[in-house]
Amino acid sequence: MTHLPTTTPDATAQPSAIPIIIDHVGHIFDVGTPRAHQVLTDITLKLDERRVGIIGHNGSGKSTLIRMLDGLIQPTSGHISVAGHDTVRDAKIVRRHTGFIFTEPDHQIIMPTVREDVAFSLRRSGLDKATIATKVDAMLVRFGLTDSAEKPAHLLSGGQKQLLALAAVLINAPTLLLADEPTTLLDIRNAQMFSDLICELPQTIIMSTHQLALLRDFERVVVFHCGQVVADGSPAEAKAHYLHLMETTSE
Amino acid sequence: MVVLAVVAIIAQRWIPTALAMLAVVVLAYFLAGIRAKTLWLQLRPMLLMSTFIAVLHALSSNWRLAVVVPATILTLVLLAALVTLTTRTTDLVDVIVRLTKPLKRFGVEPERVGLTLLLGIRCVPLLSGIAGQVREAQLARCGIFDVRAFAVPLIVAAIREADAIGEALVARGFDD
Ligand SMILES: Nc1ncnc2c1ncn2[C@@H]1O[C@H](COP(=O)(O)OP(=O)(O)OP(=O)(O)O)[C@@H](O)[C@H]1O
Ligand SMILES: [Mg+2]
Repeated sequence: MTHLPTTTPDATAQPSAIPIIIDHVGHIFDVGTPRAHQVLTDITLKLDERRVGIIGHNGSGKSTLIRMLDGLIQPTSGHISVAGHDTVRDAKIVRRHTGFIFTEPDHQIIMPTVREDVAFSLRRSGLDKATIATKVDAMLVRFGLTDSAEKPAHLLSGGQKQLLALAAVLINAPTLLLADEPTTLLDIRNAQMFSDLICELPQTIIMSTHQLALLRDFERVVVFHCGQVVADGSPAEAKAHYLHLMETTSE
Repeated sequence: MVVLAVVAIIAQRWIPTALAMLAVVVLAYFLAGIRAKTLWLQLRPMLLMSTFIAVLHALSSNWRLAVVVPATILTLVLLAALVTLTTRTTDLVDVIVRLTKPLKRFGVEPERVGLTLLLGIRCVPLLSGIAGQVREAQLARCGIFDVRAFAVPLIVAAIREADAIGEALVARGFDD
């Protein structure tokens, strides 16, 4: 296991990373039942980078960990803190500062039309209608969704849906963005475009993916295998380890 | 919501009322100037499920329910769709939230009622989407469409999707 905390030298007024501490975290699904199975074992990671990638085979525990960072799943052992807030005790505070992009945009699109869905994010903001409308319009322009504003959201293309999901998340100005395979359902061109778009954001980003090329410019990539961290380093190192893992575990 | 519940309760009783209500809603579509094609688009995804329910009830030798239940479901879906076609969902939910405000003192949370309604609306394309997928998957796998083998994957998929949507809703900050 290697660990190289690479920091970008050209720190040209980039906002600093949101610190995440994962402290001896384990997770057992269906704990206390005959179906109980351990999917994460004793994960300890101190993340201080703005771009962290997570890779690993199907079922290795990537989604489980990312969900835990947003307090959607609670660790069955250990603790996680995001910017100093415990993800169990202060789940609401954590979520207020965090945006989550799911693999399947259909799951997070709630409202019937594009405009309404972006506005939905501000429902609890306490802002008045006019302010919300202005913010939503600006967001739609930013993501090229103005022409589709009144369209039924479920009729958009896959790429547009993921853009809508991102717009609806960013309108709440999160400081941390969690993304669980956000480009898996997109074509190669849209996947690249979407990941470029994400990478230009000022937010701290934790992203899992099977498309290793998308992590090229990430500062740190963690490799999961059977619920454990087996490598942790630069994208090149992680990729090498992952490919090696593939050869040694495929029989 | 309340209207829908009342309609459901009344329609459930007798065949004539169930059919009459369906007719009234269809008529309302034409009065609202909605073209037959739009009406058909709303109906189509539900027809399959209605037929399924009808067959189920007919087999269990209750032909009254075989007519009434599907008719009621169609009426409700069409009614809900009619409102959504003619009103912006946000406005609709806001009205409901405002209307339920007086119930606050009885422990009803208006915002929660609004959210529930939203999820109800969200479920219509969800269910019809899943139903379509299950049907296609069956046709692709065995070339026939077996009504009995329809319910299980439909329900499993619906529950899974509902879970995922619920989780996403929490992630979007609606976590209480
Ligand atoms: N809700 C759940 N209940 C029970 N077991 C689950 C649940 N969610 C995931 N699992 C199990 O946990 C393990 C890890 O799943 P997880 O989704 O975290 O993997 P992943 O690395 O994201 O995989 P993929 O690359 O396929 O997305 C798997 O064995 C899976 O079967
Ligand atoms: Mg996953």
